[in-house]
Amino acid sequence: MTILTFTLLLLAGAYLAGLVGSLTGLGGGVVIIPLLTLVFHVDIRYAIGAALLASIANSSGAASAYVKEGITNIRLGMFLEIATTVGAVIGALIAVYTPTNTIAILFGSILLFSAAMTLRKKNKEALLEGSALANTLKLNNSYPTKEGEVSYKLKNVGAGFSIMTLAGIFSGLLGIGSGALKVLAMDSTMHIPFKVSTTTSNFMIGVTAAASAVVYLQRGYMDAGIAFPVVLGVLAGAFTGSKLLVRLDPKVLKYIFCTAIAFVAVEMIFNGYNHKF
Amino acid sequence: MKNIISKKRFADQDIEQLIGLQLRYGVVIASLIVLVGGILYLYISGSALLPHYEQFAGEKARFITGAEIWQGALNLNPKGIIELGVVILIATPVLRILFSLIGFIIEKDRLYIIITLIVLLVMMFSTFGGLKV
Repeated sequence: MTILTFTLLLLAGAYLAGLVGSLTGLGGGVVIIPLLTLVFHVDIRYAIGAALLASIANSSGAASAYVKEGITNIRLGMFLEIATTVGAVIGALIAVYTPTNTIAILFGSILLFSAAMTLRKKNKEALLEGSALANTLKLNNSYPTKEGEVSYKLKNVGAGFSIMTLAGIFSGLLGIGSGALKVLAMDSTMHIPFKVSTTTSNFMIGVTAAASAVVYLQRGYMDAGIAFPVVLGVLAGAFTGSKLLVRLDPKVLKYIFCTAIAFVAVEMIFNGYNHKF
Repeated sequence: MKNIISKKRFADQDIEQLIGLQLRYGVVIASLIVLVGGILYLYISGSALLPHYEQFAGEKARFITGAEIWQGALNLNPKGIIELGVVILIATPVLRILFSLIGFIIEKDRLYIIITLIVLLVMMFSTFGGLKV
């Protein structure tokens, strides 16, 4: 295969990955790793480097729109970024000592979990009684809805912070945004309305990914020939996805894609188990 | 009292607008540079055979340090230009933290100035701490 053919095929694949990632809410980075390893037979370490870049591009691109709408809780994001960045650095450090097959199995498991998380019931209720710590840290806030500003409070800050550290470790180890774990921490544990938790999670993904990206860049994980089609393709796909999301109800699509992704996840685990990475 | 609150909200919203713009421009500039480097890369070596991506070269790869990437981009090396775009992409969320820091300083929010500084410190540690291992 020539470089030109590879680039064009990968560009198309990355576009689809960005589209699916945006429609399911999983993020483009997650779909890029199986695409590169299972379809293009690229070493998983190059795939991780490319996925990190895709996550940063995705997160920054989408966050620019959400932040302006005032849904993102910037203080909450900043506070939890302490947990995710420390986690990401730890993850990038232990990545060197983790065999690639183990990484593939871990990745498959996280992918399964993420697919399940996107289909769960979402928390729409705003909490009226928050904890003292949430108050001290000024994490309670309000967000605009169709019915006007809705105030919300949150609790279980410590537990949320711990899950965020774990999300950071996985992010650094696997090169993904771990949006699902972030939403689990904010949505299910700290009881934040899902609109706020998804946009704040997305806002944090860029910083979390950047925390380990430099380490990976210096280790040679980010090959220019792979990064180029992946970054451009995923960005274009995510952009199309965000336009489509306004016009169609993605519920059916979500079920179809999440089922497909579950199969991909099982294949990653199976191949990792059989030492094919 | 009411005045102070509304003023604070105002600063908050200004910073949010600024962060939104900064993130957008960062991504757009980074992708444009990647695109230019990519087109040049295809023009020069598009018909060459694919490198062995199934084998990980690691630190034998070129363009993995800041100085090397900068030199490569200046010499119009396609891969150097792409990696420069990659570096700008990585720097975009880091710059966002700096903007938030300025916002919290304007609001005199001491707690969040400290929190933001901690996050910035972790980022600096990972960038310059020589964690190549």
